[in-house]
Amino acid sequence: MAARPRSRWLAAVSAAVFAFLYLPIAVLVVYSFNREGVGGFPPGPLVLDWYRVLLGDSPLWDSVLNSLLVALAAVVISLALGLPAALALDRVAFPGKEAFRRLVLLPLVLPGIITGLSLLMLRVLAGIGAELWTVMLGHGTALMSVATTELFAGLQKMDRAQEEASLDLGANYWQTFWRVTLPNLRLPLVAAALLIFTLSMDEIAVTFFLIGRENTLPLEIWGRLRRGMTPEINAVSAVLFFASVALILLWYRLRTRGAAELETPLG
Amino acid sequence: MTDPIPSPAAGEIRAGAPLLEIRAVSKRFAAATVLNGVSLDVAAGEFLTILGESGSGKTTLLRLIAGFEQPDSGEIWMQQERLDALPPYRRRVNTVFQHYALFPHLSVEENVAYGLRVRGVAREETGTRVAQALAMVKMTDWARAAPAKLSGGQQQRVALARALVNRPLLLLLDEPLSALDANLRREMQTELKALQRDVGITFVFVTHDQDEAMALSDRIALVRAGELEQVAAPREIYLRPATSYTARFVGRTNLLRAELADGIARAGSLAFPFPAPSGPALLSLRPEQIRVCSAGPTSPDSVRFRAAVIQQSFAGASELIEAQLPDGQRLEIRLPAQQPLPRECEFEFSAGDAVRVRDSGAR
Amino acid sequence: MYSRAYKAAVAVPPILWVALFLLLPYALMLAHSFWSVESGVIVHHWSLRNYVTLLRTSVYAEVLFRSAAIALGVTVLSVLLAFPLAYYLSFRAGLRKEVLYQLVIVPLWVSYLVRGYAWKTILGTEGVLNGFLRYLHLTGQPVEFFLYSPFAVVLTLTHIYTPFVFLPIYASMEHISRPLLDASADLGASPRVTFWRVILPLSVPGLTAGATFAFVLSFGDFLAPLLVGGPSGLMISNIVQNLFGAAYQWPLGAAISICMLALVVALLAAAERFERGFRH
Repeated sequence: MAARPRSRWLAAVSAAVFAFLYLPIAVLVVYSFNREGVGGFPPGPLVLDWYRVLLGDSPLWDSVLNSLLVALAAVVISLALGLPAALALDRVAFPGKEAFRRLVLLPLVLPGIITGLSLLMLRVLAGIGAELWTVMLGHGTALMSVATTELFAGLQKMDRAQEEASLDLGANYWQTFWRVTLPNLRLPLVAAALLIFTLSMDEIAVTFFLIGRENTLPLEIWGRLRRGMTPEINAVSAVLFFASVALILLWYRLRTRGAAELETPLG
Repeated sequence: MTDPIPSPAAGEIRAGAPLLEIRAVSKRFAAATVLNGVSLDVAAGEFLTILGESGSGKTTLLRLIAGFEQPDSGEIWMQQERLDALPPYRRRVNTVFQHYALFPHLSVEENVAYGLRVRGVAREETGTRVAQALAMVKMTDWARAAPAKLSGGQQQRVALARALVNRPLLLLLDEPLSALDANLRREMQTELKALQRDVGITFVFVTHDQDEAMALSDRIALVRAGELEQVAAPREIYLRPATSYTARFVGRTNLLRAELADGIARAGSLAFPFPAPSGPALLSLRPEQIRVCSAGPTSPDSVRFRAAVIQQSFAGASELIEAQLPDGQRLEIRLPAQQPLPRECEFEFSAGDAVRVRDSGAR
Repeated sequence: MYSRAYKAAVAVPPILWVALFLLLPYALMLAHSFWSVESGVIVHHWSLRNYVTLLRTSVYAEVLFRSAAIALGVTVLSVLLAFPLAYYLSFRAGLRKEVLYQLVIVPLWVSYLVRGYAWKTILGTEGVLNGFLRYLHLTGQPVEFFLYSPFAVVLTLTHIYTPFVFLPIYASMEHISRPLLDASADLGASPRVTFWRVILPLSVPGLTAGATFAFVLSFGDFLAPLLVGGPSGLMISNIVQNLFGAAYQWPLGAAISICMLALVVALLAAAERFERGFRH
């Protein structure tokens, strides 16, 4: 087949792209063990010192806690809003539906700075200070569309007749929602939660303008970067990298398992 | 044998009065009128089939009774109560869905128990009733299984049990057998019929399959383009179709364009006594009502004609013949299985078998 | 089938929230762009002054142009990298497709900061790249322009957005039903012709989507320039950031933001229309 030599060339190009994607991170991880600090070549003796420093760095861990709080709140807010939004988009015809859909998606495609500044203006208008909970609201709003998209896809895949059956059997709308709709959305809910959590942990643009004195992790790192690079930041980055990898692979597994489950024909 | 599912208490159904009254119900979707002023009564305890092609409105009618749609005009009454004013979960009506709609996250017995649980029936009573329902559909061994593990026929039984365990006044079945293969389908038809007899609950069954309708029903309501074409018992609908559409939809038929004058019907070269007012008429004659001429005396009723055998198809128990008369008319004839016929044959039928039908035309 | 109460309960809360937390803020941004600052206080004096200032002052046009150029560079490079990768995974990778796909999406979700920082450590004068080049005796002096230049910004953003561009292209390619390729071969087309006449056109929707997002997000990025851009790599978002920061020129910053928003929305609309037109 004439495509054979091309396949080899194509495989080489693909390998090069993978290298481009992973090499910088590999370098980062390697140099987190470098005693001589950041930069230079080749890396010097490999030590765990920087990880030890990391463990003792309490301001950093405070920011980790803040990030976790914000991320959890973001998950709750996004899901609490994204679920009715998905239901509305799936079932209700209302004026301005198309505009609503686009507006919800906007924070994902707009540069984050615009959304961040706009939310800042709202906060100033409301006369509220730079509290952490405003960051939570910001994340929840910006990431709502992730929840909406995942849950909407889940609703589309669901067999509508099940809800009809539930109503038919005597359950009212509320009971039907709890006993039939939600269980069917289990996988999309978890997948969305994972994704929102990860995105919130790494969120910088919107957070940048809403944050006050209590930093989230990315902003804490950012602050230190301005003061100079140390391999401790490499260490943090390496830890973040592996944590993200684990979460994203988990998300991916859940998503594909969900699709496979639904594809199993019932009888 | 004690009745495993007691029918609704005797006092609940007023003898004589119809259980369900559909009064001049219409339904539109966007610009299309799907149901146009349909009126139908359903008697308590009967097995009524709503028969029609896809798009005829039969499923919409069912969904109106179940409560998933609201009529644009007209009313539905059940036992002197306005049914269409109630949401689906307050109607004493249950549905068996076309693709069963079993809850995949619940086991078989949890599925069956669902209607009882949401209405707060006591745990013990729920257990007993669920066990009875499963026994009735012969699915006791599968109580703990997940629906995904069941075959189509098994899921259908569970769907039935799930509906019947609630002792509805009316059971709706939306083409429940259409997803099954032919043999299983026949089996389930027999079971369903027996079940309905045992349980005594009124069944309203929707299908597009006329054989199925005739096999199962006490009465058939034939729907066409949103209106009722004919409502009658299977035998009546088959032997005395009211319109050409009915004659063609239920079974096969020959439609003869005849001119009636002085009690004689003339269709092409055929002429036979037919008591009816003069004028043009459409007559329906079933293929199996035409026979090969037998030797022997003819009855006064008998109409004989000679025709060329154009085609002869073997169909197992019978032969389907396409015959052409000298005047050009083509007739379909069904004969018991036999050897190939000669190229020309003499056939006969009884004039009394011909039925006058209204011309349905295009609607 | 759903009662009016159900429909209201489901639609009203998200609509209200979105109106309050998205529509209102963006509207505030718009309003601010028409106001001005006097003696360090924002005055609700409606005028087009800010937009006029934008048009008149050349530095804004320069930076805007540079931002667009950088975004274009990122988009082109990302597409050049992502497209062959997507093609390889979709058509040639066979059983390894799943694993490779996961390998591609992982960097996408790894912290932006991590990736930007990684490039910072590599590209600096004391960085890994320079060290590597000197180790191989390819250069004597450290190369300056690797870091704190538009080049660094383009490189970093390309690294970040290549997986982003990969996803929709791959999705489009996966959507191409394989019997189509067999049909093309059956009708006499060589693999190259099949590529140009079947695969490429059917990949265009994904390509458009990916390229549009990469461009839009690169254009509005403000972190990469701060990390690796230096003064010569400054982009329009950084200017906005400064105006909202110490300079306290919110109205002018808002005006630039609105221009960016308008540009982005216009681009998205154009891309959508292009995609729709292309499909027919």
